[in-house]
Amino acid sequence: MTATHPGPKTGPHAGPRDARRDPALRAKRRRNALRTLGFLSPWLIGFSVFFAYPLIATVYFSFMKYDGFTAPEYVGLKNWSYVFQDNPFFWPALANMLWLIAVMVTLRVVFGLGIGLLITRIKTGAGVFRTLFYLPYLAPPVAATMAFVFLLNPGTGPVNTILDTLGISGPQWFNDASWSKPSLTILALWGIGDLMVIFMASLLDVPKEQYEAAELDGANSWHRFRYVTLPNISPIVLFAVITGVIATMQYYTEPLVAAKVASGVIGGSGQHFEPGYPDKSTLTVPQVVYNLGFQRFDTGAACVVALVLFVLAMVFTTFLMRRRSGFMSAED
Amino acid sequence: MTTDTSSYSTGSAGSAGSAASTASSANKAPPPAGGAGRTAERAARRRAALHWVAVHSLAIAAALFFVLPFVFVLLTAVMSDDQALTRELWPHTWQWGNFVEVWQTPGFLTWWRNTLLYAGLGTVLAVGSSLPVAYALAKFRFRGRNVMMMVVIAAMMLPPQVVIVPMYLFWAKQLDLAGTLWPLIIPFAFGNAFSIFLLRQFLLTIPREYTEAARIDGCGEFTTLLRVVLPMAKPAVAATALFHFFYCWNDYFGPQIYASENPGAWTLSYGLESFKGAHQTDWNLTMAATVLVMAPVIILFFFAQKAFVEGVTLTGVKG
Repeated sequence: MTATHPGPKTGPHAGPRDARRDPALRAKRRRNALRTLGFLSPWLIGFSVFFAYPLIATVYFSFMKYDGFTAPEYVGLKNWSYVFQDNPFFWPALANMLWLIAVMVTLRVVFGLGIGLLITRIKTGAGVFRTLFYLPYLAPPVAATMAFVFLLNPGTGPVNTILDTLGISGPQWFNDASWSKPSLTILALWGIGDLMVIFMASLLDVPKEQYEAAELDGANSWHRFRYVTLPNISPIVLFAVITGVIATMQYYTEPLVAAKVASGVIGGSGQHFEPGYPDKSTLTVPQVVYNLGFQRFDTGAACVVALVLFVLAMVFTTFLMRRRSGFMSAED
Repeated sequence: MTTDTSSYSTGSAGSAGSAASTASSANKAPPPAGGAGRTAERAARRRAALHWVAVHSLAIAAALFFVLPFVFVLLTAVMSDDQALTRELWPHTWQWGNFVEVWQTPGFLTWWRNTLLYAGLGTVLAVGSSLPVAYALAKFRFRGRNVMMMVVIAAMMLPPQVVIVPMYLFWAKQLDLAGTLWPLIIPFAFGNAFSIFLLRQFLLTIPREYTEAARIDGCGEFTTLLRVVLPMAKPAVAATALFHFFYCWNDYFGPQIYASENPGAWTLSYGLESFKGAHQTDWNLTMAATVLVMAPVIILFFFAQKAFVEGVTLTGVKG
């Protein structure tokens, strides 16, 4: 951290040599340190108790056999080999994650950028359109998912009804293993509001002169997009991709609720529910953690999957922090 | 960033609008000034009109995609039980009583109360405890500040499922709080990574002169934070509070883990799903319940639109 060591040699940030000489300065430094500690204390406690401790405990439990009742027992790498070799849900969940990253994240970024571009070009009623485009993002995920399971239900759903009148026989959507992830993708595109706002703001920040200069050079609209817009907003595109990837790793509520409602399983406790209905197609990694830890009471295996999730999320978070220096930059 | 009505009326927009509404007659309209550029001007104007039509057609198509799901949900929510079993799209009778029926479902009010408790108390605690941390990270210089910031971002990005097993054991076995929402609320009293991040991003934009001036006037840091910084940071605090409220309102995983065993502690998001279970084929009542869960969030949004949109921008753009 030497690079960020305070530079000025006066006031409360005096260099180490002066501080050693001057007891008053030293006292002031100590006061400042205590003050900083005081301000940070909620987070220092919160981080230690709710992140650091459970993370260490997760590593510990990943080598233990523990069902929550009898004492934990060391089993070496047994949990790890179980998850990687024998658990029926782990690999399908990872495969689904890759599918969602490749398709859902990509489409969300493209669609979000498209909607952002569209909205910056709307001349009449832009405020109304913006609000309408943004609203679905606010719909609580459980409610939005239930709405879409209804809209897309093959029996009485309005979407297939409309498709029928157009002479198209609609798919089974959430009830078909090859259509369930596309259905979830449509739901995710519906809630594009967050990306729309971010792209809109970054599009409005592109310097006008650059467009004017390009126009003078005879650039058509595609050229202007390719050589002016895109280079200017590429950090935001990257930001959207990486946060999208991280969000996909946490993707839990929508696929779970969709699977439960579409399969007709009553919510709440007690009823058997085959995770990932239909045919493991909506299974995600966090669901595997839940299934192992809270339905099968296999704490050790759940912790193994949790650690895999941790490593994946941290790889992308590190990437995000590296690439977006603005994330980290402080004023000094 | 611009919000609200800024783009309703600019000079060019007005003229483009009128030109497009009479796109075919645009040619006949007398050009304002004669001269050599007459045909070029006319062509440019026609292009602008076509552009207007194309953009607004696309916008209307997009609006349909975003709005129609709400419309169908609402229409189904007021259908009679019999009609909800059919494929008809338009209700014969508008049965507004469905909302009353949902409201009076046993448990619904309890879920409502629990959600308000979780979201309300959680938000107050999270913003209150995150503000001093964000202030220190934005305005103090100390060794390890960057590491601290990285830790905050890492915690923000960490899927909650990573630490859930030991956390559950902690709350359930050590403190015997399973079946309540306290395991979800109490941690917010110790800073929330996303709130810290969002508040810090905003506090960075407050010029140092303000805090320096307060210091020179003899204010302690805490007084400076409360008297000088907080009034300036009101929009950011509002945006952070909104985000946090929405997060809690929408949370499904948390209540599923800690409250599922006790229906008396369920929240709306968690209870809604079981509602579908209890009304297996009654899409009308299920959709009415869905509307009742969506409505508060959307109403809140209309009251706080500006703060909200600014908050979203702050997460991604300003650095």
